[in-house]
Amino acid sequence: MPLLDIRNVTRRFGALAAVDNVSLTIEAGEFFTLLGPSGCGKTTLLRMIAGFDLPDAGAILLDGRDLADTPPEKRPIHTVFQSYALFPHMTVAQNVAFPLKMAGKPPAEIGTKLKEALAQVHLEDKGDQYPHELSGGQKQRVALARALVNRPRVLLLDEPLGALDAKLREEMQIELIGLQREVGVTFVFVTHAQAEALALSHRIAVMNAGRIEQLDEPSKIYGFPKNRFVADFIGHCNMLEAAVIEASPHGLRLDVKGLGEVSAPAAERARARSAGVLAIRPEQVRIAAADTAHELANRFAGRVQDFLYVGDVTTYLVELANGARLEALLANSAPGRARFFEVGEPVEVAWRRDAGVFLPD
Amino acid sequence: MRKLALGVEAAGLLAIFWSFLAGDARYAAFGVGAALLAAAAAIGWRGERRSLPRFWLWFASLAAYAFLYIPLAIVVIFSFNDSKLNAEWVGFTLDWYHRLAANESMLQAAANSLAIALLASSIATVLGTMAGIAMHRFRPRLLPFLVFTPVAMPEILLGVSLLIFFLNSAKPLLAPVGIEFDLGLLTVILAHITFSIGFVAIIVRARLAGMDDSIFEAARDLGATPWQSFRLVTFPLVLPGIIAGALMAFTLSIDDFVITFFTVGVGTKTLPLEIYTMIKVAVTPEVNAISTLLMLLTLAMIVIAGRVAPDALRAKA
Amino acid sequence: MATSRAAGRTRWLVTGPPFVFLVLFFLVPALIMVVASFRYPGDFGGLAPLAPAKPGEEAGLTLDNYRMFFSDWIYFQIFLKSFGVAAITTLVCLIIAYPLAALIARSPKRHRDLMVLLCVLPFASNFLVRVYAWMIMLGPFDLLFSQFAVLAGMVYVHLPFMILPLYTNLEKHDPMLLDAAQDLGANGWQRFWRVTFPLSAPGVFAGSALVFIPVLGMFAIPEILGGIGDWLVGNMIKEAFLGVRDWPFGSMLSLMLTVCVLAIAGVATWLARRGVAGA
Repeated sequence: MPLLDIRNVTRRFGALAAVDNVSLTIEAGEFFTLLGPSGCGKTTLLRMIAGFDLPDAGAILLDGRDLADTPPEKRPIHTVFQSYALFPHMTVAQNVAFPLKMAGKPPAEIGTKLKEALAQVHLEDKGDQYPHELSGGQKQRVALARALVNRPRVLLLDEPLGALDAKLREEMQIELIGLQREVGVTFVFVTHAQAEALALSHRIAVMNAGRIEQLDEPSKIYGFPKNRFVADFIGHCNMLEAAVIEASPHGLRLDVKGLGEVSAPAAERARARSAGVLAIRPEQVRIAAADTAHELANRFAGRVQDFLYVGDVTTYLVELANGARLEALLANSAPGRARFFEVGEPVEVAWRRDAGVFLPD
Repeated sequence: MRKLALGVEAAGLLAIFWSFLAGDARYAAFGVGAALLAAAAAIGWRGERRSLPRFWLWFASLAAYAFLYIPLAIVVIFSFNDSKLNAEWVGFTLDWYHRLAANESMLQAAANSLAIALLASSIATVLGTMAGIAMHRFRPRLLPFLVFTPVAMPEILLGVSLLIFFLNSAKPLLAPVGIEFDLGLLTVILAHITFSIGFVAIIVRARLAGMDDSIFEAARDLGATPWQSFRLVTFPLVLPGIIAGALMAFTLSIDDFVITFFTVGVGTKTLPLEIYTMIKVAVTPEVNAISTLLMLLTLAMIVIAGRVAPDALRAKA
Repeated sequence: MATSRAAGRTRWLVTGPPFVFLVLFFLVPALIMVVASFRYPGDFGGLAPLAPAKPGEEAGLTLDNYRMFFSDWIYFQIFLKSFGVAAITTLVCLIIAYPLAALIARSPKRHRDLMVLLCVLPFASNFLVRVYAWMIMLGPFDLLFSQFAVLAGMVYVHLPFMILPLYTNLEKHDPMLLDAAQDLGANGWQRFWRVTFPLSAPGVFAGSALVFIPVLGMFAIPEILGGIGDWLVGNMIKEAFLGVRDWPFGSMLSLMLTVCVLAIAGVATWLARRGVAGA
């Protein structure tokens, strides 16, 4: 039996369905992420799991039991809020001990669990300080310790890393993974940062306009996006308009606008003359000097229009002979920008047959 | 330089002040002349162009501050004046304060004012806090109108409508039940509560608005029942606002004149009403003395309120 | 919240008491006063009963009071005079308060609270004390019991109400805007008139409303500082209720005053919204 079972949940605000007939299950011990742009319904869904909102239709079950009649304070589910929501008039220790006090635990037990929780987030000596004396990262950790101290069945995290600067954010991501593994609690994480979702999660549900677009492991979401939205939202992706010339169980022959004939792996729902989009990740597009010998199936000639150097990689924008534009990623394996290609230089781009994904409309 | 001109202006303002103490218009004329001279000097001075606007700001502000304080200073100073007339300074005396202490009518009025203020402010604080929390949390539609209109309207309207209500509706309604209802302490207290609720509600609501709302959700999320969440999280955090509101309600009640005037009936006296009678009937520096004492009291209240919840007072506007 | 029934109960527990109290002691009296303006005055003052107790007695509802108001020019005059006094008071308060509010807004943060406190402290004194102060000051100079005395008293009593909203607004102004204006060629006066003043419009309207409306209803200041010809609406109302004891007439006047106040408040709100957008 799954730990959390969300069945056909809908939540409407006026005429708008913020969450539209969503069903998914979450297993115990998982790091599960709800990923999507602002307004896609991920936070609304999270609040319904926490109990601050009730679904208009459908049910949310924990361990097989419907949560509908259980108020938030009785649910064994805790939340880490985006603004941390630390009680400003209580010390760090009092904040972290709060759930234990609410559960009526004896003082001795509270003492031990408190020490353990603070140690887990490396804040052992900050117990007597007040939230306003802490840095953003420290407040984050207090919020985590507080929500985990009495081992809830599920921990909900609402974009907790949003307010941190880039470096701190990456450090906290690593800490979160370690913490989740150590404590074993099921995490349900909400974010709009797709790189973060890919890094942290066991499984991701990509949401858009109240619905789930795709639910899968990170590598499958990245490598095999099911539709245009997922392909575009996750990472960078070349998206080219294409029509099917010939479809067979072994593969597709596509007529790609501005490019020509391209071979791609088979796709469901693709028949002759179906229209759609060919999606190729920039790192799959090999770029080489013009007239280099290539064994790769799809090969086209073009000119470098522009490039973007970001230190570890360089992205080349290549304009191809028939008008299409492709991004190609090249790692800078030598120090400084590897002076491979300049603007205006003729080059050749190529990719493996199975690097492209055809997404029918 | 600019500072010199401001100094001349300050001297001029002091001369104006002195003219009231001495009862002599010549000082006033001198004062105005000095201020004009300072202004002319500022215009003529070719110095730094950039600080000219700032100079005018200081010039006008000094005059404004003087305008605010000179009248009050005169009241205070003349309370120690050894003369029955508030016309010119004769000598120092504490006589008027002694007479005040012996004035039965005044003492009774003071006692009444204090009792009314304590009762009215306590009840208004409770009701106003509830209103402030309700408006922030539930956003009701009718309550804000009921809470804020008594604050915004001229006081005379509230006073007059309550007069009609008490005498024409409440009195005849309660008579058959055996209750002899009439204007007096009770009606004044009820009236004071009515207009004080708004002030407390504004302050409490402002305090809540300045806080992160997710704190209250977090308390519920972590296992607190609604009552525990209120007792352990909401109340301690709103408390400074409640205290500021209570002090404000107390001050308003002690100082109130217009509404009390209409709802007090005959026979009961409050401090402001007593002062009013003295002003209209027989002006003696006793009025100055009681005014000075009253000023000190409300000053203390405002300073305390400012310490406890500084942001709350600013939100009043 | 999760169980909407419990949430609903909490809502009524918290909203209920203040709501009931204000309905009973604010709304009901107001409605009674509205009805009273349509009734006859009682034999010994107060209100006549709604149903005639004795045959031939005046009872029930009537438009007499309103007819009286619209038939005699003097009532309009007093209303107009009150508006005039309120307008002048507001303008003078604005002129005095603006530089002060601007100075406080521009001062370093650590000084501001003290400066604001200094503005608020006179407000700590009793209203009558502030009026009395002007009695003392104007007496020796023979300016008492005049129109000037009334205006001086009105300005003095209401000045803090203009300073605070203005200051609150001016404090929020971004100093960079003025730098940008100067950078683009505006001199001191132009910067004030084209940048600062329009941006301060909401504060100006708020402060003006906080001064104009109370002044309309004042009676104590004209009574103490003014002469016989300086009566304003507030004096008329007071006389009607406590002097002549013609309650219906007084109620009618109060209703007229309320209508004026609501109109002003409405205009102020409309102007405030428009001012921000139009500037």
